[in-house]
Parts: sequence; C-alpha cells; structure tokens
Amino acid sequence: MSTSVTESALAGGSTDDDVVLEVRDVKKHFPLTQGIVFKRTIGHVKAVDGVSLTLRRGETLGVVGESGCGKSTLGRLLMGLERPTDGSIKVLGQEMAGLDNKGMRKMRRNIQIVLQDPYSSLDPRMTVGDIVGEPYEVHPDVVKPKERRKAVQDLLDVVGLNPDHINRYPHQFSGGQRQRIGIARALALKPKIIVADEPVSALDVSVQAQVVNLFERLQDEFGLSYVFIAHDLSVVRHISDRVMVMYLGKAVETGDEHEIYDGPTHPYTQALLSAVPVPDPRLRGQRDQIVLEGDVPSPANPPSGCRFRTRCWMAQDICATEEPMLVNRDGSAHPSACHFAAERDVVHAVDNPSVIEGTTSDNV
Amino acid sequence: MSETLTENRKRQPRSPLSGVKFDDSAPLLEVENLQVEFHTRDGIAKAVQGVSFTLNAGETLGILGESGCGKSVTAQAIMGILDTPPAKVTGGQVRYRGVDLLQMDEKTRRHVRANKIAMIFQDALSSLNPVFTVGWQLGELYRQHAGASRKEARAKAVELLEMVGIPAARDRVNDFPHQFSGGMRQRVMIAMALALQPDIIIADEPTTALDVTVQAQVMALLADLQREMQLGLILITHDMGVVADVTDKICVMYAGHAVEQANVYEIYERPGHPYTKALLESIPRVDQKGEELTAIKGLPPALVNPPPGCSFHPRCAFARDRCKTDEPPLYQLPGNRESACHYWEEVLNS
Repeated sequence: MSTSVTESALAGGSTDDDVVLEVRDVKKHFPLTQGIVFKRTIGHVKAVDGVSLTLRRGETLGVVGESGCGKSTLGRLLMGLERPTDGSIKVLGQEMAGLDNKGMRKMRRNIQIVLQDPYSSLDPRMTVGDIVGEPYEVHPDVVKPKERRKAVQDLLDVVGLNPDHINRYPHQFSGGQRQRIGIARALALKPKIIVADEPVSALDVSVQAQVVNLFERLQDEFGLSYVFIAHDLSVVRHISDRVMVMYLGKAVETGDEHEIYDGPTHPYTQALLSAVPVPDPRLRGQRDQIVLEGDVPSPANPPSGCRFRTRCWMAQDICATEEPMLVNRDGSAHPSACHFAAERDVVHAVDNPSVIEGTTSDNV
Repeated sequence: MSETLTENRKRQPRSPLSGVKFDDSAPLLEVENLQVEFHTRDGIAKAVQGVSFTLNAGETLGILGESGCGKSVTAQAIMGILDTPPAKVTGGQVRYRGVDLLQMDEKTRRHVRANKIAMIFQDALSSLNPVFTVGWQLGELYRQHAGASRKEARAKAVELLEMVGIPAARDRVNDFPHQFSGGMRQRVMIAMALALQPDIIIADEPTTALDVTVQAQVMALLADLQREMQLGLILITHDMGVVADVTDKICVMYAGHAVEQANVYEIYERPGHPYTKALLESIPRVDQKGEELTAIKGLPPALVNPPPGCSFHPRCAFARDRCKTDEPPLYQLPGNRESACHYWEEVLNS
C-alpha cells in the first residue's frame, strides 16, 4: 500500500535513531449505542481513521484542521489517554498497545500533554506547587521528596513565573500565566515529547506571542519534540517544521511548513489557507479566496471515496468511488490525498511587495 | 415584504417611535465621551472611559481590542442592554440620527433596539432559546414589533432564512437551535438582527466561535447584506485579520480607552499608538519564521485599579516618565486620525 511512500516522506529520509514517535495507521472509533438496558452498537464515530506520522528529536509537527476533524482525539491517543481501535504507536521505539497500567505510567514520562483550556485544566483547590509537583507523586523516584519544592521552583523559573508564587492558587493567575503553569507541569518529568493541544487558542493576542516564544525557547533548551495541535494556521506556520492537515479523521496532506503553505496541493488545504483573513487591508479583494460551501459531514457517516468530495469544487466521479491515498503524486512534491492534486498559490507573504503591487493574484 | 408590514402596523397602537424626531441629516450613530462603570466587590471598575466615534450609513467600523478592554461593554451600552446594576452609564451621549438614546425612556428605546439598531452576539447557541423553534423565535420579532399574525410571522421567518442562505428554509423553520450547525446558527442570528430592517448592526465577535472556513462564509454573507442594505456595521473583534478584511475605519481600545482611531489602511501601514503597533507586531509573520515573536510584555491592567497616567505605560516600549503621571488626551493626528499617546509622532515615524 502507500505506507512505505508516506513513511519515507514523513521521516524525510533520515535515519531512525532520531525518531522519537512513530504512529502507524492509528484508528479510534467511538461506538454509537442505542437502548438503555440492552445497549446495541448502531455505528461508529470514526474520529481518527488511519493516521500515520513520524516525529524526530527537536522537531515540531503541526496538526491543523477544523473542529471535529479528529486532531484532539489524535493527541489523546498519542498520550495513551484513549486506547486506539487499531494501529500502532511507538514512543522512543516502545509499542504502546498492550502495555498495562504500570507500563503505561512509565511510558508517559517520555510524553506529556499541555491542554487547551488553562482554566479548567488546573485544579482550583491545589496550589501551583501541588499542581506542578504532582507528577513527582506519581513518579516518586524522579526527585526525592525533600528536593521537590526546589525542583518545582526551578520549573516555575524556567517557564517565566515567579518561583515565590509557589503557594498561590490558579485563580490568582491570568490566562497566559496559567498556561505557563500547565507547561511547567508537562516539563516536570523531563519528557522527550510534548503534545500541545491548542495551547494558545484561549489566550489574547498580546499574550499568545509570549507563550509561543516560551514553547520555542524550551524546545531549544531541552531538545523537545512537539506535536502542536491548533486551528490557528499562522501560529502553526510560525512554530512548525512539518505540518499535517486533517479532515474528518484522516490526514489529507503532509509536508514541510513551506510546502504546505506555499504550494498546497489538496483542495481542502487550499480552501483552509485561503479562508484565513490576512492582517493587511491592502490585500483586500486581491486574494484568491475559496469559500467552501456547507459544513463538515458527520464522522459517523463519512462520504464514500474521498471524504472531502461533498464540499470540493474539483470533485469528479472517481472521487465518489475511489478513496485517494496519502502519497506523492504527479502534481505534488509532498504526500497529498487527492486524485487531482495540483499546486495552487493561495497565501502570500504579507510583506511580499510584488503581491501587493500586482493587480491580480490568480496564479493557479 | 414592507407593504404587508405597514398594514399590520396599523393594527397596533401608535409606535412610540413616531413621537421621536430623528434628524436624517445627522450622522447615523454618534457616540460621544461614553463612560460606563461597574460596581464590583473590589471597587469601581471603569470599563469604558470616554469612548467617542461616528458611524455613517454604509460604513463599517471595527472595534479592536483584547478581552476586558471594554469593547463589548461599549456595544451593550449603545444597545441599552447592560445589566444595571452592577453596570452604570455615568456619562456621554449615544446619538442615533441626532437623538440621544441614553435620555430615552425604556419603552421607546425598546423599539429603537429592534427597528433601528440590532445586535449579533458571539455565541449563537446561548443567544437562541433552546425550547422554541428557530421559526418561532424569528417570527416573534414580527409578532411583537409589527403586529403580525402567527401565520404571517412564520412566512416572514422562512423569507429571512432564505435571505441568509439556509438551504430548505421551509423545513428548517421548524427545527430547534441545537439542530443547526455553528455556522448555520450564526446565520440565524444574522437573520434575526436583520428582521426589522435596522440601519445599524452591531456584531460582537460574530465569528470567534467558528472555524476559519465557516468564518469566511459568515463574513462574506455579512458583507454582502451590508452592501445591499447600506447598513452601518460595527464589528467588534480581537482578530486583526478579520478587521483588515472588511472594515473602513478602526477604533482600537485598551483598558476602557479608545487609544487610536484611523482609517483601516493607515492604521495597518503606520500605527499611531504603541499598543496598536505592538499588536500588529505580535502576529506571526512569514518573514519572521524561526525568530522570536515580538510579544507585548506583561498583562492588561485590572480595571478596578488601573496604573496612573497612560494605562499602557507599564507595557509600552515608548514610555517615558511623563507617561507615568500625565494621562494622554486624544491627540489629533494629520489625516483625520486620533491617538492617545504623548509620543505619537515618534510612534508614527518608527
């Protein structure tokens, strides 16, 4: 099948030594049940339906897609918070499936998560010291009990919080500071990988930049690898080395950051990128904007063939019958799951003067 | 649509609006030195401190700012839907066609609210009533304000849903809000705002809860309808991209103050206030890839106890000693712009 092609493309042809996370064809189907006493399964919500990815040391993989495309479920699968229906997840070469609770706990030292909502992901009745130090309760051998307070203070310092605030409660902090607490907690066990699930979307613009900078600084300092899940395409572009675009539980296009943003080949990626408003009024009416019709179909009953065909302006008969695989194609230098993959320049660099002075922008 | 409504209006007692003399030559909406306070346990929070702007027919004004800067409170004060107490409008005027709405009695104002100024809220699911069908809620406007019968109101509701591009509108009027998707729900909200053909629409973060592809749909719809009906649109948002795409002029708010006002092109090209400048610089840009983002240091101030002098000075790169003590007035800048910064010239030329 396409796996080998995808694999080499995703790994960028490097040696396997650097690979910290390897995911092969992972699936998560949630059963839909009917009945109160005798529950019958009447179908499945295919939240994640066959996604593969490879993450190397010090690398950031951005995962983008609209709500309901399965990107958060993917993050939870990587953390082992959900058990996959099928497929394999290897963290530092160790297979996650089949691990018992003890093995799982050990594995989670290497992979940690930063959650989206800094308000609901911190226990309001615990002090910051307790929250950030809790991983040490679960993994007592990491830091000796006597040294924990010092370790927590060091962590707070690393994420840019005042170490003296160790006895404060979450409500005494602002949104950006709370997100820093969440990041400190994720760093406590010195993981190799951090899954960041929409870490900045709840924050204000002026604070968002601070947290993005923090993520980048920590990556340089500790050699972390990130899976950065977000719907904000400009933030993802800024932070990612590689990008995966998801639609209805499947990856539709993967590639380097500049491959995806400068030459998207899947119609969905093109539509998604063109829909992002550009903060430059001079580009108004000059951009090649694609407005998609309709909404994302239900993942319980996805369309046959290509899942995007119901909203796609290029769809033809073949799209309804044959599911396009995520492979390198003639019109595309990177893997794209479209029968008619072709490059199209939809986003322009904001500071590219030739674009602003040019009269049209339909360089399809 | 309008003939039947005029007939229906006859059935109703005289509209309270008929006694009010609107001056059609006056600007559509003028807000002057608006001040709003909230009485909280911690003290008085000055949420809006002297905001002024003018909106003409067919014009789009963007109010830009972070959460807690007072942009929504400004909108609610214009609409007259603030919860009082704890909120209190302590000063200023909101003139619609020359008539100050703040001096109106509640009964008259209620009619202004539906017929002249309407609002679109951010969260459509919590703004719609979950126990009534969408058709009933849309028709309610006609029953209440135009004296339409149930049957007429229903027909109008179908018309409205068709206007905002909801497919199979005839069937969907009987659906409840939860049966609509996020984008469709926001369309229903737009339909509701347009129902009585107002002159002004205030859209408070209309697309913040939506995905980008749906956001593009909703913004395109809103822009089309505005052009068609020559509406004055006030768009409240924190998204610098959305504002750049649709507005004519921008009012930037920070800690209850309107810190800068200018034409959209000028503001993006040469911001005249350090806060606007910093906001624009904090957006991730392609040519900065791999570099650190220019973040604004610190946090927005608490409104109960704002810093003395200019409220932005603790976070400002241009701040001097004077900023710590002297509150900057609104300086008039060349090109019909305004900026509340002592050193606006320096900011403009930096």
